[in-house]
Amino acid sequence: MADLDPEIAKTQEERRKMEAELSLTSVTFDRDLYGGNDRDSYATSIAPNDEEDSNLDANGSLVAQRLASYTAPKSILNDLARAHVEDDDGGFKPRQTIAEREGDYRNRRLNRVLSPDRVDPFAMGEKTPDPSVRTYNDHMRETAVQREREETMRLIAKKKKEAEEAAKELKDSGVAASSKRRNRWDHAEEDGGGVAKKAKASDSDWDVADSAPGIGKWDATPGRAGDATPSVGRRGRNRWDETPTPGRVTDSDATPGGVTPGATPSGVTWDATPRGSATPTPKRQRSRWDETPATMGSATPGGMTPNAAYTPGVTPFGAVDMATPTPSQLNLRGAMTPEQYNLARWEKDIEERNRPLSDEELDAMFPTEGYKVLDPPASYVPVRTPARKAVGTPTPMTTPGYVMPEEHRGQQFDVPQELPDGLPFMKPEDYQYFAALLNEENEEELSPDEQKERKIMKLLLKVKNGTPAQRKTALRQLTDKARELGAGPLFNKILPLLMQPTLEDQERHLLVKVIDRILYKLDELVRPFVHKILVVIEPLLIDEDYYARVEGREIISNLSKAAGLATMIAAMRPDIDNMDEYVRNTTARAFSVVASALGIPALLPFLKAVCQSKKSWQARHTGIKIVQQIAILIGCAVLPHLRSLVEIIEHGLSDENQKVRTITALSLAALAEASAPYGIESFDSVLKPLWKGIRSHRGKVLAAFLKAIGFIIPLMDAIYASYYTKEVMVILIREFQSPDEEMKKIVLKVVKQCVSTEGVEPDYIRSDILPEFFRHFWVRRMALEKRNYKQLVETTVEIANKVGVADIVNKIVAEGLKDESEPYRRMVMETIDKVITNLGASDIDSRLEELLIDGMLYAFQEQTTDDTNVMLNGFGAVVNGLGQRVKPYLPQICGTIKWRLNNKSAKVRQQAADLISRIAVVMKQCGEEQLMGHLGVVLYEYLGEEYPEVLGSILGALKAIVNVIGMTKMTPPIKDLLPRLTPILKNRHEKVQENCIDLVGRIADRGAEFVPAREWMRICFELLEMLKAHKKGIRRATVNTFGYIAKAIGPQDVLATLLNNLKVQERQNRVCTTVAIAIVAETCSPFTVLPALMNEYRVPELNVQNGVLKSLSFLFEYIGEMGKDYIYAVTPLLEDALMDRDLVHRQTAASAVKHMALGVAGLGCEDALVHLLNFIWPNIFETSPHVINAVMEAIEGMRVALGAAVILNYCLQGLFHPARKVREVYWKIYNSLYIGAQDTLVAAYPVLEDEQNNVYSRPELTMFL
Amino acid sequence: MQASDRFNINSQLEHLQAKYVGTGHADLSRFEWAVNIQRDSYASYIGHYPMLAYFAIAENESIGRERYNFMQKMLLPCGLPPEREDD
Repeated sequence: MADLDPEIAKTQEERRKMEAELSLTSVTFDRDLYGGNDRDSYATSIAPNDEEDSNLDANGSLVAQRLASYTAPKSILNDLARAHVEDDDGGFKPRQTIAEREGDYRNRRLNRVLSPDRVDPFAMGEKTPDPSVRTYNDHMRETAVQREREETMRLIAKKKKEAEEAAKELKDSGVAASSKRRNRWDHAEEDGGGVAKKAKASDSDWDVADSAPGIGKWDATPGRAGDATPSVGRRGRNRWDETPTPGRVTDSDATPGGVTPGATPSGVTWDATPRGSATPTPKRQRSRWDETPATMGSATPGGMTPNAAYTPGVTPFGAVDMATPTPSQLNLRGAMTPEQYNLARWEKDIEERNRPLSDEELDAMFPTEGYKVLDPPASYVPVRTPARKAVGTPTPMTTPGYVMPEEHRGQQFDVPQELPDGLPFMKPEDYQYFAALLNEENEEELSPDEQKERKIMKLLLKVKNGTPAQRKTALRQLTDKARELGAGPLFNKILPLLMQPTLEDQERHLLVKVIDRILYKLDELVRPFVHKILVVIEPLLIDEDYYARVEGREIISNLSKAAGLATMIAAMRPDIDNMDEYVRNTTARAFSVVASALGIPALLPFLKAVCQSKKSWQARHTGIKIVQQIAILIGCAVLPHLRSLVEIIEHGLSDENQKVRTITALSLAALAEASAPYGIESFDSVLKPLWKGIRSHRGKVLAAFLKAIGFIIPLMDAIYASYYTKEVMVILIREFQSPDEEMKKIVLKVVKQCVSTEGVEPDYIRSDILPEFFRHFWVRRMALEKRNYKQLVETTVEIANKVGVADIVNKIVAEGLKDESEPYRRMVMETIDKVITNLGASDIDSRLEELLIDGMLYAFQEQTTDDTNVMLNGFGAVVNGLGQRVKPYLPQICGTIKWRLNNKSAKVRQQAADLISRIAVVMKQCGEEQLMGHLGVVLYEYLGEEYPEVLGSILGALKAIVNVIGMTKMTPPIKDLLPRLTPILKNRHEKVQENCIDLVGRIADRGAEFVPAREWMRICFELLEMLKAHKKGIRRATVNTFGYIAKAIGPQDVLATLLNNLKVQERQNRVCTTVAIAIVAETCSPFTVLPALMNEYRVPELNVQNGVLKSLSFLFEYIGEMGKDYIYAVTPLLEDALMDRDLVHRQTAASAVKHMALGVAGLGCEDALVHLLNFIWPNIFETSPHVINAVMEAIEGMRVALGAAVILNYCLQGLFHPARKVREVYWKIYNSLYIGAQDTLVAAYPVLEDEQNNVYSRPELTMFL
Repeated sequence: MQASDRFNINSQLEHLQAKYVGTGHADLSRFEWAVNIQRDSYASYIGHYPMLAYFAIAENESIGRERYNFMQKMLLPCGLPPEREDD
C-alpha cells in the first residue's frame, strides 16, 4: 500500500500538468473550434433548467440580486410576458390554480394575515370598549411597533454589513485585482446594454450569490413572515443555500460569510420544497421555505404579530402540518397538496436510486489490490439534510421492486372518502377546511354553535365543489340565512378558503360571489370583518384577469357602502404605512375603489391628512398613490375635484423622499391623462415645481417628472404649450442619449405628446428636435426591442404629421431601407407605411421617389423572417400612395414579383402573390394592362401550387387582376381559367376555399357566358360540398354563387341538383341547400322555382318535406312583398303542413307563415291570412320551445298583417277561461299583443257591463256628433 | 311553467312582458283588467289630439278642460276595487 502513495501523487501531478498545457497559453485545437476566444467567456457550469434562470428562486421568479434598475420588477415583467403567451392547446386550458398562474409578486397575498376581528365602535355607542377586544388603537399600536422593529433590525443589519464590508475591503485590497469577480454593477451594465444573455464564466450561480451583497427583493417586503431575519445585511442568497442544513441555521444569521454554497451538490429545485421544519430548532425563526404552502396564510411566526396566537380560521391541524411529511410516509393527510404528494413520491424514488454507495458496496465492487481510500478534502462538507437522512438507505442492496403493501383497513388509498348526505366530493386540499364534515358524529350531540358551523361548511362545500343545482340552492340558503348564521362564523369559514393556495379561478369566483351576496344581507354587521375581507379581496384588484378585477372592485364598493366610510378608513389606515410594498399597493387601489363608491369629496379630508403625514414617507407615498389610482379608476369624473386633488399632492413634488417625488409626478400624470383635454387651470400650481424639477433631478424621478409634463402639455393653450415645450425640450434632448430603456420610452412618449400639441411650430421641430432625434433614436438598437420599436414608430409618425412627409421620409429612407439590420429596415418600412397612409405621397419629389422605390425593392427582397407583413403592407401603401407616378418602376416591380413567385420558400411566393393583389388597382391606373395580363398568365401557371396558404394568395391575386381588367380582357381567357378552378374547389383549406369561391362567384356574376353550361353544372356539384364549410363567409359566398350560376344557366338544372340534395342525411347540408334554393328563387323569380319545389313536397319523406317548408320560409323572407302573388298558390301546402302530426312540419310552416304575413302586410291578402291563422291558432298550446316560439312569432306576424283587433278577438275567448293553463297561454298572447299595439287595442276592447259600484263602460266611445 | 320552459326564451319573454304596466297574467281579475283598459283608453284619447277635439266638441268643453278631466279620471277610473272574496 505504501508504494501507492507516490504513484497517486505522480498521477495527480501529471494531470495537473496536462491541464496547464491545455490552458490558454498553449495552442490547442480548441482554439480553432472556438475561434480563439477567451475561454472565460464560456460557461463552466450549466444551470439545471435553463440558462436564464440563474437567479430564479423556487417559485420561478427572479430573486433580485442586483440593485433594482429603473424598470418594473422582473417578476411583474415576467407576469406580463406570460399573459401574452398564446395558448396553443386549442383553447382547452388545463385546470390551473390561481397561485400557479400568478407570479411571485401577486402570490405575496398568501403572506398576509387575516387579522382578528375588530370592534365596531358604532355598535357600541358610548361605551368604552372591553379591553379584551381589539380596537383601532390596538391595531395602530401594533403596526407602529412592528414598523419600529423593522427599522431597528434594518439598522443593525446595516451596521453589520458595513463592518463586514470594511473588513472585506481591507482584505480585497491585498488580493491581486486579477480575479475577475463580477459584482452587481457589472450586471446592471450588462443589462443596460440589452445584450447580455449568457452568463460569463465566473457568473455561475455561486459567484453571484457570493459577491452580490444584494439588496434583494426581500427588503421590499420586510413585513413578511419569511423575513424575520434582518434582510439587508444578509448576503444575497440563492436557492442553493436554502437547504436547511442544521449548520446553516446558525451560520446564516450570525456569520453570513460562512455559508458554503454548493454544499448540496445535487440540489435542484426540490431542495426548496418545504421540508426543513422536520427538525424544529426552537430558537430559529422559520424562513418561508420551511412553511408548507397550506399554512402560509395563517401561520405567522410568533414575533411578527403579537397576537397571532389567535388567527381566526387557523387550520385546525397546525401541529400536523408543521411536522412536514417525510417522503417515506405517503399516507393521505389533510395538509398535503397533490403536488406535494407527487413530489414526495418522486423524490423517494430518486433518493433510493441515487443514494450514495456505502463502503461495503465499494469494497465489493473494486479489487482489493491497487486502490487506496483517500481522506476527503478538508473543504468537503457532507450533506446533512435531515429529511434526506430520514429517508436513509432503507434496505441496502435491494433495488426498489414490488413490495406487497401492508393491508390497513383505515387507509384511504388516495380515494376520496365518500361524504355523507349527498355532499359533493372533496379535493385533498379541502380536507383541512372541511374535515369536520367527515366525522360522522350525531348532529344532535353538537352544541348549537357547532351545528351552525357545520351547516355553513356544508353549504360552502356545495358552493365550492357542487353541481350547478347544488350550488344554486346552497348560495340561496347562505344568502337567506346570512343574518341568522352570523357574520363571524360565516367569514371565519369563507375567508380562509379564499386564502387557500390551491384555489382555482372558478372556486374563487364562487366564493367571492358568496361574499357579495351576504354583504347585502349583513349590512352593518360586516364592520368587524372589514379588514379581513379586504385582505382576501384586495389581491383581486391586481389580478391579471379583467373580470377578477371588476369583481374585486364591486365587492369593495359594496363593502364600503355597507360598512361606511369611517369603518373603511379605520380598517385600512394601518395598512397605508405598512412596511410591505405589496400591502400598500393593494391598499391604495382599494382606497380608490372606496373613493369611487362613496364619492371623492368624502375622502378628501382623509387623503389630505395622509398625504401630509409627517410620521412616515410610506403613508405619504400611499396617499399620493391613492390619488393616482382614483384618477385611473374613474377617469374624467375627477374633473370636479381636480383642483383639490392636485392641491393635496402638490407638495409631494418637493418631498425629501425620492419615491414620494416620483409617485407624485406619476399621479399628476394620471390626473392630467384622466382630465384631458380640460382642467389645465388646476395644474397651475404644479407647473413651476415640475419644470424646475426636471432641471434638478436625474434618473427615475426625472423620468416621472417628464411623464407628468408630457401629459400636462396637451391640456395647455397653444401659446403656453409652445413655451413650455421649448422649456422641456432642452432636457428631453439631453435625455435622448440616456442609456436607460425606461427613460427612452418616456422621452419618446413625451416628445410625441409635445409635438402633437397645437402651439408647437413645424420649423421649431425641424431645427431643434429632428437632428438630435434621428441621431439618437433612429439607430439599430431601437429596433431590437418591441416596445421601443413601437413607441419610436408612433412618435415619428406624430412628428411627420407636423413637419410633413418629405422631411421624415428623406431622413430615414436614405440609409434605412438598405440598412444591414433587418429589424431596422422593418422599422423604417413600418414608419413609411404609416406616414404615407396618413399624409399621402404628394410631398415626395422625384429623387426621393426613386430612392424610396429602390430601397423598398431591396428591403422587400432581403427580408428573411417576416410574420407580420410589415414589408408587404409598406410596399402596398407606398405604391398606392404614389399612384400613377409608380408607372416607370412597374416593370421592375413585376420582375421582382415574378422572380419571387418562383422562389423555393413558400412564404416568399405567398408574399409575392399578396403583393400583386395589393398593387393591382394601381397597375390598372398606370395603364399597364398588358403587364397584368402577363402576370395573370404567370399566376395561372402556378395554380398547381401545393402549399394551401400560397395557393390561397395566388387565387386572391388572380381575383384582384380579374376585378380590375374585366372578364373580356383577362388572360388567360375565362374559359380556360374556370375549368382549372373546379378541382381547386375540392380543397379543404379555408383560405383556398374562400379565395376560390370568391373568384368563381365573380366569374359567375360577370362572365358566366364565357363558360359552357356543363362546366357550371360541374361547379354546382362541387359547391354543394362547400355549403358545409365552417366559415360563414365561405357559406355565404357559396350560396350567392348558386344564385349567379342559376341566373346564368337557368334555374332548372341547378334546382334539380339542389332538390336532390334535400334527401341527404346531414342537417347542415340540408339547411344550406334550402338557403340556396331560396336564393335561386329570388334571383330567377319565384315562379321558376315554386312548381318544382311544391311538387317535391309530395315525396313522402320527412327530411324532404321539411326542407321544402324551410325553403319556402326562406323564400318568403327573401322575396318580401313579391309574396303576394304566390300566397294563394302555397296556401294548400301550408294548410297541410300545419295539420301534420310532425311537430317540425308545423314549426317550419308557422315560420313560413310568419315571413309571408310580414311580407304581404297591407297588400290585401287578408282572406288567405285569416285562413292560415285558423290553422295556426290551435298550436298555441304546444310546449316544445321551438314550436311555440315559431307559433308565437307567426301570430305576431299576423298582428302586423291583419291588425291587432283581429288577434284580440281570437284572444278574448280564453283570457278568463276556467282552466288556468289555458288562461296562462292566452294572457301571454295578449301581453305580446298589448306591447306590440297597445294603442290600437283601445278601439277594440270588449264592452264591459258596469257592476254594483264599479264603472266599466267607456261612455266616451259612444259619443256621436 | 314547465321545466323545459324555465331556461328558454319564453320565460324571458314573460319576464319582459311583466315589466310593462298594463300587461296581464292568469290571475288578473275583471276589475284590474277593466282599470287597465280604462287608463289605456284615456291615455289614447289624450294622446290623439283629433280625438280630444272631437270629445271637446261633443261635450261642449274646452280641449284643455277635457284633457284635465280625462287625466283626473285615470286616477280611479272604475271606482274603488271590490272586496276580494277569496281572501
